[in-house]
Formats: sequence, C-alpha cells, structure tokens
Amino acid sequence: MANDVAIIGIGLHPFGRHDALSGRAQGAIALRAALKDAGIGWDAVGVAYGGSHDAGNADALCNDLGLTGLPFINVANGCATGGSAMASAVAAIRSGMTEFAVAVGFDKHPRGAFNPHPRDWGLPDWYGETGLMLTTQFFALKTRRYMHEHGISEESLVRVAQRAFRNGALNPDAWRRREMSYAEIAESMPVNLPLRQYMFCNPAEGGAALVLCPAEIAKRYHPKPIIVKAAVVRTRHHGSFEVFSPALAAQQAPAPTVAASRAAFEQAGVGPRDIDVLQLQDTDSGSEVIHMAENGFCEHGEQERLLRDGDTEIDGRLPINTDGGCLANGEPIGASGLRQVIEICTQLRQQAGARQVPGNPRLGYTHVYGAPGVSGVTILQR
Amino acid sequence: MSHPVLACPDLIRFEGDAPHLVGSRCDECGEVYFPATTSCTRCTATRMRTHDLGRQGSLWSWTIQGFLPKAPYDSGETPETFKPYGVGYVEMTCGIKVESRLTVADESRLKIGMPLELTLIPYRTTANGGEVFTFAFRPAASV
Repeated sequence: MANDVAIIGIGLHPFGRHDALSGRAQGAIALRAALKDAGIGWDAVGVAYGGSHDAGNADALCNDLGLTGLPFINVANGCATGGSAMASAVAAIRSGMTEFAVAVGFDKHPRGAFNPHPRDWGLPDWYGETGLMLTTQFFALKTRRYMHEHGISEESLVRVAQRAFRNGALNPDAWRRREMSYAEIAESMPVNLPLRQYMFCNPAEGGAALVLCPAEIAKRYHPKPIIVKAAVVRTRHHGSFEVFSPALAAQQAPAPTVAASRAAFEQAGVGPRDIDVLQLQDTDSGSEVIHMAENGFCEHGEQERLLRDGDTEIDGRLPINTDGGCLANGEPIGASGLRQVIEICTQLRQQAGARQVPGNPRLGYTHVYGAPGVSGVTILQR
Repeated sequence: MSHPVLACPDLIRFEGDAPHLVGSRCDECGEVYFPATTSCTRCTATRMRTHDLGRQGSLWSWTIQGFLPKAPYDSGETPETFKPYGVGYVEMTCGIKVESRLTVADESRLKIGMPLELTLIPYRTTANGGEVFTFAFRPAASV
C-alpha cells in the first residue's frame, strides 16, 4: 500500500535493574541504537513520541540527543504508552507530516508492587486506604473468574510462567534467565491467589525505541524493513472488567483488547490464523491465558490444551512471548510495549538467535493491556 | 446506639444496626453504580439518584491479599504483623458486582457462588486508640 509505514530502526536497553543508570539514560541508549540501526541522525527525525511513567518527561531525552527543535510529544498512557507512541508515530508519517518519526519509552520503577494513588485515577481515597487498589488483586480476581467460567486449571498458570522463563533463558537481553521447574512455580509464594510469585512480572527498568518512515523509501535505510500493517489503541467500554474498579456492571461487555484486536485485524486484512509469532501482555500468567482468547487466537477454554500440547512454544503453531515476555523481562511501563514490537521485528528479521521461530515467519502481532482499561495492538509484516 | 467510625461513611446507611451499601442509579437507563456517581457511563446521562444496594450478595470472584500493600494503604501494619485478607467481587441482588474485603482469608472456605452478607470490620487504629471500620462481606448466616 502506498501509504504503508515501516520500522527501519530498533533499539533496546535490556530490561532489569541498572542501579548506575537513570531511566532517561537507558532511553537515550535505546534511542541511539535505533538511530544507528536505521542509519540516520537525530537531526533527521521530524517528530518524536515518547513516554515514561516514573522516570520523568521523555522530552528530556532531547538534552541527551540534541536540541534540534523537533516536536516531541510526551505520552502518558499507562502500560499502553509504547503502543500509543508508536500509533501516533505511524499516523504522523501517514499524514505526510514527516519522513522520519521516533517512538521511544523508558522507565525506572521502585522495587515491589506499583502503588497508585486513587485521586490520580478519579477514585476516592478509601479505595486505596482500605487495601483494594492493587493491580495484582485485579489480575487475580479476573483470572479466578475466568478459570471458573471457562474451565482453566492452575496447571495453565504454571505452564505460561514456565515457558516465559524457558524463553527468557534463550534471550541474552532478558532479565530472568533461569529456567524454573513446574514445582518451583506451582509452590512459590501466594501473592494474590490463584496467582503466585513466579506467575507475576516485576516492575523494572529499561528503554526501547523505534525509528519509522514511509515504506516506499524504507529499503534505502534498512535491508529488512518491517511494515506496520496495523497499530491500534482502544479504551474500555461500559461494562468491561477493568483494573481499579470498585464495582462491575451487571451486564458485562468485552474488554478493550477485543476491540483493539478486531480493529487491527481489519486494518491489516489478515486473521489470527495468519500470525506466525506473537506477543501478548503477560503481567501475570492469568492475563496471558485470557489474552490468548481476547485477541482471537483461540476459543475461551481452549488455552489449557494449547499450553499442554506445546502449541505456544517457539517451535509450536502459535509461538507466544518468544523473548520471555514481561514475566522474564520485567515491566518498565514506558518501554514495555515497544520491547514487544522490537522482539517481533527481531523475529521477522531472522535475528533472534537461539529463540528464533523456525519457518521464516512473515507476520507478527503485539498486544498490551493496562490501567485503567486501555489496549494497544500492532500487526507487523516483513 | 452509636455507629462505628467509618473510613468511607458515604458508602453505608444503617437500617437499625444493619449496614447497607449505598450507590446511585441512573434516572434514564436504570444502570446502578457503586460508589455513587454523578453521571452514567452507560448512557451518558447526568441525572442520578441515591440507590440502596442492600446487604446480601454472592461471591463472584475472590483472591487473598498475600502481601502488605504500600501506601496509601494505611492499616498501620508492618510486614511482620501483616495478616493476609480476602478480597472479592460480590454480586448484589440487582446484579452489580461490588469489590470488597472479605472476612474470610482461607482458600478452603471461599467458593464462587457462596452467599454473603455485609458487615463492618475494624481495619486500623487511630493515634488515640479508636478503631476505624470499613465494609466487608462475611459468609451469610444459615437460614
């Protein structure tokens, strides 16, 4: 398509804990790597979209990269910050605003669970003070209900985590690189049952960046440009089961993920069966299980069999989170969605080394979900 | 009698000594909200009325909070004194599911569908020793 947009540069500062580096420094390292990959200078970039949740304004990156006067838009969209930055960069290029756009994210979170403040989310103080405003609780409550309605057992929760750490062990950039036994995960500390310690990802640090340009000129800059077939962000509808909800409506509505996924497939003109490699938001094992069906990759309840039969492994029919996902990489909120895109680009470029999906994958998919009910989906093609 | 000091007085009304949850209901489409809101996210109307959600429900989903939450949680506990507590969504008679603490934190005693009733539990102590209560659901007394 004449109006297609391509990714010509990817850059990652590995996620994890980096005491000596600020979040912004990690973002700058990722951004310089992406520019180098694209073979262009920062002064060629016509617009940048970037975000961090806990590590300051992304626009401060200009103080590192250079004060070129470009429009730099700070993005603050929770876990969908990276997806939103990328969707905005794609739209900017499609509109003819610029040839080269950047999407960048970085973060550096304190250790332990996130502690959001109710007023920032339009909620009353008592909701936090009385111990109800925890993301881990939401994931557990949604997972418990889903297991009840669709016949998913704890075995699936263990298998998701086991595969994440297995893939992480193959990824030199992953934070958690140790494989874990079934028993080690199944018997780990109960955090919010049915979810246990090793079924949750941890807040972390890191940076990720993309350089994009019109597809028609992309080969001048990179021998293997990746075409963005869709980049969609959607927010919740009334009645969907969302994080930070003091109550849920009597009549349930589908999650924003369902809407984002459908719109992305429609834009790309492909379906779930066409996807060769995918990233699904795995803040916890239960979320990944739910997201498999919400994104259209299986029927509700079918996950148990797919996970047991190895279909979601690197050499399976539906390889999920080949770099270890959030579980093995941790979650720096601002950068997390862009890490997913970078992993799919790496797979489609056939540069994933020990974790490379066999069979020359052509189409990839990424999905993020975050508070207070926002989802971002991309479909990428080599 | 005097009622207990609540962390969230606007959420509770008493019928005698029995606490009821208070929310709101949309005048236009009838959708029910908890806590009370000033507009309807379903139909976008802005005429809302106070609505009594009652005190009976059934367990719709549950978890057990296994670690001490950071601030703004203000129970005053430390990691050493922290006691895990139950959290659930409770489906009320009108269909709305209310997120609440549960008096039970034992996984063998929690089952989706079990009947529950509203109660008030002390969850922190003030500097001068007074207890502050919040709402919670407990297994319903057998009839």
